[in-house]
This record gives sequence, C-alpha cells and structure tokens, in this order.
Amino acid sequence: MNDALDVALRLLIVFVVFLTFPLIVGQTEHKVMAHMQGRLGPMYAGGFHGWAQLVADGVKFAQKEDVVPAGADRRIFQLAPAVALLPYLIVLLAIPIGPGEGAVGQVIDAGIFFVLAVMGVGVLGSLMAGWASANKFSLLGGLRTAAQLLAYELPMLLTAASVAMAAGTVSLPGILDAFEWWWLPWQIVGAIVFFVAGLAELQRPPFDMPVADSEIIFGAYTEYTGLRFALFLLAEYAGIIVLCGLTTVLFLGGWHGPWGADGLGWVWTLLKTAVLAFVVIWLRVTYPRLREDQLQKLSWTLLVPLSLAQIALTGIVKVVIS
Amino acid sequence: MTLAAAAATAAHALAVPASAAHPTLTTAAAETHGFLSPTGVEVAFLLVGLVTFGAALVTVTTRQLVHAALWLVVTLGGLAVEYLLLTAEFIAWVQVLIYVGSVVVLLLFGLMLTKAPIGRSPDADSGNRWAALTVAVAAAAALVWVVVDAFRATWIDLDGPAAGTTAVTGASLFQNWVLPFEALSVLLLAALVGAIVLSRKAKAESSSPPVNSRTITESSPSVPDSRNHTIGGNGPVEGTGPAKQEGAR
Repeated sequence: MNDALDVALRLLIVFVVFLTFPLIVGQTEHKVMAHMQGRLGPMYAGGFHGWAQLVADGVKFAQKEDVVPAGADRRIFQLAPAVALLPYLIVLLAIPIGPGEGAVGQVIDAGIFFVLAVMGVGVLGSLMAGWASANKFSLLGGLRTAAQLLAYELPMLLTAASVAMAAGTVSLPGILDAFEWWWLPWQIVGAIVFFVAGLAELQRPPFDMPVADSEIIFGAYTEYTGLRFALFLLAEYAGIIVLCGLTTVLFLGGWHGPWGADGLGWVWTLLKTAVLAFVVIWLRVTYPRLREDQLQKLSWTLLVPLSLAQIALTGIVKVVIS
Repeated sequence: MTLAAAAATAAHALAVPASAAHPTLTTAAAETHGFLSPTGVEVAFLLVGLVTFGAALVTVTTRQLVHAALWLVVTLGGLAVEYLLLTAEFIAWVQVLIYVGSVVVLLLFGLMLTKAPIGRSPDADSGNRWAALTVAVAAAAALVWVVVDAFRATWIDLDGPAAGTTAVTGASLFQNWVLPFEALSVLLLAALVGAIVLSRKAKAESSSPPVNSRTITESSPSVPDSRNHTIGGNGPVEGTGPAKQEGAR
C-alpha cells in the first residue's frame, strides 16, 4: 500500500510540474519578449502587468471550434497533438531534481537513452500533423521537421555519450553523483552543442524553419485550431522545460552548487533550468531565423565535428586521469 | 554451467520460497516452470506479443502507405516493451531511439518527399504478393528455428538481479561478442562508403545531361526543335549567345 501511495504521489507531482512549468515559461516568454522589444503587450487582464492574460488565452483556446479539414486523415490528424505532447510528460519522470531516490520520478538504469529516445518520439507528432492535414504548407513543415530531426539528433546523442563516458554510467542520477566542478570547462563544448541541437529539435527560433510563419504559415500546425493547437504550443513549452532540465542535469551539475548542498539541491536544479529557459527566450528575441540550407550546414559541418572532437577529448582526459 | 548444477539450484529455489536465496544465477532449467501457471509478466509478454504481431500484420496489409509506417511504429514499440519485460532495458531504449526515432522518421520523410496520398493507394501494391509471403514465412521459420534451437531450455530469471542492465549488456558485448560487434561496424562502414560513392555518382550523372543539352541547343539556334523553344521561350534571351544567357541566370 505504501509503495502504491509512493508511486501515485510521484506521478502526481510530475504531472503537476508538467501542467504548471510550461505555462510559467510561456508567461515569462510573453513578459521577457515584451521588455526586450520595448513594447507593452497585454497589460490589462487581471490588473498587475496583465498576469491573467494566460488564463484568458486558455479560455479562448478552449472556446474555439475544433475543426478537422475535410480532406484530412481524420484519426491521425486528431491523434497527432497527443503524440507530440505525451513524450515530454514521460521524459519528466526520469529527470532528477535533487540528490537521492526521493527527488526523481523514477530511477531508470539507461536514463540518457530513455530520455533521448522518448524525446525523439515526440517529433512523430509533428510529422503526423504535417502529413494528415492535407495541406501543402503542412506537408512542407513536416518535411522540414523530419530533415531537422535527422540532422540534429546525431550531435545530441554524441554529446550525451560524451557525458556518459565521463561519468562512466548512463543513468541520470549516476551522472550527477559522479559530477565534479571541473567537468564544466571539460564538457563545455558538448554542453553548447547539446543545447543548440536541442533547440533545433524543439524547433525554437532561430531554428524554427519548420514553422516559419512568413513562408509556410505555421508549418505542420497550419490546420489546427482550438485546444489541439494549444496542445502543440504546450508541447513546445514542455520541450523547453525538458531540454533545459536535461542540459542542467547532464552538463551543469544539476543539484550541485557552491553552497547549500544539503536539502537545497533542488533549488539549484530549478535555478539553472530557469536561467537556461531564459536563454531560450532570449535567443528567440535576438536571432533571425536560419535558412533551411544554413540549418543543415550548421549541423553537419559544425555541430557533428565539434561533438566528435568533444568525445575524443573526453576519452583522452578519461584515460589520462584513470 | 552443467545441467545438473542448474537443476540442483532450481530445486533449491523451489524448496526455498523466497527468491533472495539465489546465487548469481540467471537461467534455470525449464522443467521447474510450468506452462500452465504463468506469472503476470509472462501473461503481459504474451499479450504484448500478440499486439505486436497484429500491428506487424496490419503494417504489411494496409493499403495506406503512411498508415503502414505508423503501424510500424506500434510494432517496433511493442518489441521495445517485450525487451523491457525481459529486463533488457538498454536494448529497449536503443530500439526506440534508433528504430522509432530515426528509421521511421527517415521512412516518413521519404514517403512525404515522394508520394504520400491521403487515403488508399492501390497502385502501390506489388504483384509479388505470394513470392513475398513465401520469403517472409521462410525467413520467419528460419529465425524461429534458430532461436528455439539456441535457447531450448533456458529461462530468464526475472526475480533475481536484472540480466539485461546496461552494465551486463556492455560487459557481454565487449567481452564475449566483440568480434561480431567489430565485424558489424566494418559492415556499417562499408555501407556508409557505398552510399557516399553511389550518391556522388548519381550527382555527377544528373548534373551533366543538362549542360550538354544546353550547349547543343545554344550552339545550333537554327534548328527550331522543341527544346530550343522551351529554353528560349521564357524571355528576351532568345538568340543571344551562351555567355549572355549564363549571365542572365
């Protein structure tokens, strides 16, 4: 009974995190973008700085009619948002936020592989949406999504493998247990490559070619309305949480910090994740969108060689110090 | 391990109800396990197996191309669940990562790039249906025979320490199976080099014919054939020299 309660409690906490954190990131994005671009944005809903605008947006999405195009493949069209969103919920289960067994949804032996594998499944949602909409723009968006995933999955895997080599384990809590502060400069190239490749996998600017609104309207999500469209947006923000959390755990030491190691580790994890999420928003405001060929070139000619070099460096240092 | 030792340990395990008394034994003789009193894991294994098999059947029989690819996702995911039930966690995640995350995405990319109509595509059906069925059945029979023959009486002990963790898999891969592993990597390298050679050759062939046709049509403007019309017909470049046309484009 106690075990069942424990499991239920963990699932509940992960679910609550999954429901709230993406919304917090979304709200932060509104405000940060407004400040960086010197504009107000919606300021009236709720009084103070328009905090209730998010609620109003949610109500708006829920009220809209759920339209399925006549020519669409109905079932796959309707299934796609779930396929895009659910993997991020499952990934959250495996990300540890503090030391010990109590601070992770589920300890998974091959954690890195689990996380990257399930994240890759989420892209299938975009592909299904792009194909099933029976729309040329959607199809183009789906194609670009697939091409982008194929290009950026490799550097992501290679840099994650570099951390696994350094730690000697593929379990996420195991990596954090083995973490030392000097891993930060040692793995910095891998960290940047991982983060950039993750941004591309999430299709966040400057890698938002698959949803480039000035070219192909909204890519794979062009035909979606109402709640299903909101689910795709939620998947994007959940993806930001997952990517920032993973970068924190793999490269930035997770719950390790200069002080407060006992009991306050989870604060460090959340703090690092929040700073990274801010960087994600910052990049969106700052950089113009890459062109499709620049996107591919960046991955194959820069990120893949860099991640291979990082693996070589990791191997050499590992052999030298052991 | 000899069969007698295995039987002795199995008998020991039978006598002691708690499975904690086991030594580091991962397989035991089959006769201690009854087929008529399956455990929950075995039932789940069978059910997932049935789902996987059904999805595989739909994959090859559906008349909608993209649906076939999506049913393939279900099939491969079912296989991953089977690996999980056999405690081979690492293999399961790699299965999802490589097959669902990359191979199916590549497949969908290829389908969407070439021809992926919504609805049925009867023209995509092959006339080799019976030959394909024969080959598939023969391949399946050979695989089943090999697996049954190789693992005749071994039984994975699911209660003891997990037999398929990353550490165990890695150790056996790089100790017992390192030669096949290296041979496979050489095979993959050969495939990679072959793919590069093929793509470069195709590129050279596809880029040369237009150059030839253009020089032919431009060097003989007096011949009013259809190709000349299509090139010269889109603007004021008609009748100009090759150099000017190059500059215009």
